[in-house]
Amino acid sequence: MEQPNLNYINQLARGDDSIKKTLLDVIKTEFPQEIKDYYKSIETKDFKKIEENVHRIKHKFSILGLEKSYEKANEFEYHLREQQFNLKEQQNFNKILITISEYLQTI
Amino acid sequence: MNCIVIDDEKMARVIIKTLCDQIKSINLVEEFSCAIQAIKYLNENKIDLIFLDIHMPNFNGLDFIKTLKDPPKIIFITSDPQFAIEAFSYYFIVDYLLKPIEFARFEKAVKKAERQLFVQNQLDQDKEPAFKNDFYVNIDRRLIKIDLSSIYLIEAKGDYINIKTDDKNYVVHSTLKKIKEKLPDSLFLKVHRSFIINVKKIIDIEDNSVLLKKDVIPVSRSNRAELMKRLDLL
Repeated sequence: MEQPNLNYINQLARGDDSIKKTLLDVIKTEFPQEIKDYYKSIETKDFKKIEENVHRIKHKFSILGLEKSYEKANEFEYHLREQQFNLKEQQNFNKILITISEYLQTI
Repeated sequence: MNCIVIDDEKMARVIIKTLCDQIKSINLVEEFSCAIQAIKYLNENKIDLIFLDIHMPNFNGLDFIKTLKDPPKIIFITSDPQFAIEAFSYYFIVDYLLKPIEFARFEKAVKKAERQLFVQNQLDQDKEPAFKNDFYVNIDRRLIKIDLSSIYLIEAKGDYINIKTDDKNYVVHSTLKKIKEKLPDSLFLKVHRSFIINVKKIIDIEDNSVLLKKDVIPVSRSNRAELMKRLDLL
């Protein structure tokens, strides 16, 4: 499974540690809340909300260099938009969320 | 170039701010997590450019642009390529950037916006201000309408001006300078420090004077070249 990295964030920060810290602080604060919102929408089976949450979260995938996971999230989102809930896609998505959560604790 | 960002995701707004900070010519003045808040702001503030997300809950970026009466330039920042065709159907859309946004691509889009704004400003400057067909003058507490096309001559007389029209003369307390601002340059020309003439009403020109109706008006040397330029010579 692909692993998150900080290449994009480093590229944005251009060697400025304070910028890097700001970006990481935002991602560390925003991501856990987004996960909560996502699971809440899963519980209520609100497809529209699930789609919105997946859409928001997938941007974090691309920021953390998870290109393949981003593509999978795109497919998951697309199917949700079509009112098709694919359990396997959801499980894969959840796994990526765990990977990122673990990674964010290490940085 | 003053700009704002509208994106429900904080990380996206922080990234835009980081990118803006790296370009001297742009000044990110405000950020909004919701497009409705931005509408209120735009009603009260002049902005050159908006970085706009498409996918936002309740009120998305495409709904937002439909509400704009005098839209600034807009650069879309989104994860969805599928709205690009619709987005570019609006003349004020400068670019469409896919997240995650790289600096080089961002810079290119900003330069494109700057070029478009420059051209637009040039065109606005070249445009003659829109003149009405008439104006009102205050004579003895009465407001009298004067048709611009009926005026053939305006003469300064001390603190007053004499506006001569095809059928009547009006003496008004004003200056040539003030009235000139109300007249279209395409029709009126100051030929002398005391006279403004309607160039369409000239009957003939002889040496340093023009004839309008029965009035012979002097043309100062400094204004003669401009007058000759206005004439459609055979």
